Amino acid sequence: MEAQPILTSPFAASLGMWIGGLLTLMILSFLYRDNPFYKFAEHLFVGISAAYWMVVGFWTTLIPNLIARLWPSHMGGILPSATANKPELMYVIPLIFGLLMLARLSPKASWLSRWAMAFVIGFAAGTNFTRYLQSDFVSQIHSSIAPIYSPGMSVMGTIGNVFSNLVIFAGLLGALIYFYFSKEHKGVFGRTARFGIWVLMAAFGATFGYTVMARISLLTGRMDFLIKWIGGIFT
Amino acid sequence: MADEQVKLTLVEKLGRVDRRIIFLLMGVAVLIPLLIHYTTTIPASLIVQDLFDKVESLPPGSKVLISFDYGPATEPENQPMATSITRHCFEKGLRIYMISLWATGPRQATELIDGIITPEFPGKVYGIDWIDLGFKAGGQGLINTLLSDFTAMYTTDVNGRAIAEFPMMAGIKSLRAFDLIYCVGSGQPGNKEWIQFAGDPGRIPVGGGTTAVMAPQLYPYYPKQTVGLLGGLQGAAEYEAALMVKYPKYKTMSRVASEKMGPQVSAHLVIAAFIILGNVTYLVERRRQKKRQ
Repeated sequence: MEAQPILTSPFAASLGMWIGGLLTLMILSFLYRDNPFYKFAEHLFVGISAAYWMVVGFWTTLIPNLIARLWPSHMGGILPSATANKPELMYVIPLIFGLLMLARLSPKASWLSRWAMAFVIGFAAGTNFTRYLQSDFVSQIHSSIAPIYSPGMSVMGTIGNVFSNLVIFAGLLGALIYFYFSKEHKGVFGRTARFGIWVLMAAFGATFGYTVMARISLLTGRMDFLIKWIGGIFT
Repeated sequence: MADEQVKLTLVEKLGRVDRRIIFLLMGVAVLIPLLIHYTTTIPASLIVQDLFDKVESLPPGSKVLISFDYGPATEPENQPMATSITRHCFEKGLRIYMISLWATGPRQATELIDGIITPEFPGKVYGIDWIDLGFKAGGQGLINTLLSDFTAMYTTDVNGRAIAEFPMMAGIKSLRAFDLIYCVGSGQPGNKEWIQFAGDPGRIPVGGGTTAVMAPQLYPYYPKQTVGLLGGLQGAAEYEAALMVKYPKYKTMSRVASEKMGPQVSAHLVIAAFIILGNVTYLVERRRQKKRQ
């Protein structure tokens, strides 16, 4: 077993519970009204989150994927498995781009960071464009054009499948027509657009319902933690 | 007349109830089921059952990549999903590869290792049956690279040991080596990115679980682009139910998601009651205003 338990001693576990419990109460105190305890917990959370992401990113990505590839012989005390590797000089390029990004810290040299930003944005735009086009456009159209009737299913399965496909077909058509503004929404066209609004409303309602469920789940998690914390004090 | 005025005043008061009263009632609605251990069991829906059946259909030794793309903030929803899939994979004799696109993910993986793998599956050997590869930055860029060259990004496991040391890493050249990618996600990068950057271009089966907030955005990918999806705590509870049907021993073990569905029921009843109350008071007040005019 390689992974080590996070809280190894009972004292550390107890301390962690107390800190977590008190910070939870500080955050929940906002429900009554804004107060300094809430502000303290909020600022602490933002600061620790930023620091945590930076430290983890440094040790899990920057060290093994960049530093260890450029100077493997210097990794003895940090990453012993990398010391036998040969330096990969190609990684000087991402190193330079990374340093250019840090130029933003100097007002005079901040323009240099645009080269790195241009690379990042260009890469992201290029890869995202093709993937979104394939997954969210072409594949979604393909998924929407489903046959109403599919053979080889049970009677109940066929009824459910046909109903489901009809709902998708009618809902898609109605929603698309609602967003078509080159023709006035009158007559059959207008009624179809109105049906499209109802479909959109149902979708928004479902989304709201799911959001409520998510928030209650998180509240349940915090309550469960508080019960364990307070229960632990009295046992 | 006097009675009517009293009733109307009461309606007005109900319409202007202090939001802190609502918060308090919500807190009580969540707290009581937790204290009395009120649990509900929800049968698996089609979208959850399909994912379960996919895992069930994999032969022993198949490779399952689990991506921990969440953090402590959504742990109540996401952790039961990771627990269920881990139990299921090990019951089937599948090999688990843990990675994370979120820096907070490895902490959740460690919680799973300490809470589930070590106590429940002591016979499973690190490096042979399961491995923790840790976090890498890059989001969809990382997935893009892993699709063509896995070892370009993952040179070591989470503890800094070279991946060549582990037998289960032999033959892992790209994401195409995996039989299933299971993302436990709560945002971006997460389930959507795994479908877009790995599942669709690589023709790799992708499934997983996500927070309820994200679920409606991901349902359109089912069934052609994702094999199944656990939507929020309910999805996790449904997967637990499917696991219990197939492996009855889990009926007596910890069922975190099912246990937390009790508060969901009572809290939703409170919300529904307030929605009805809000609408009734609105209609009554509107009627009063019309009468005055």
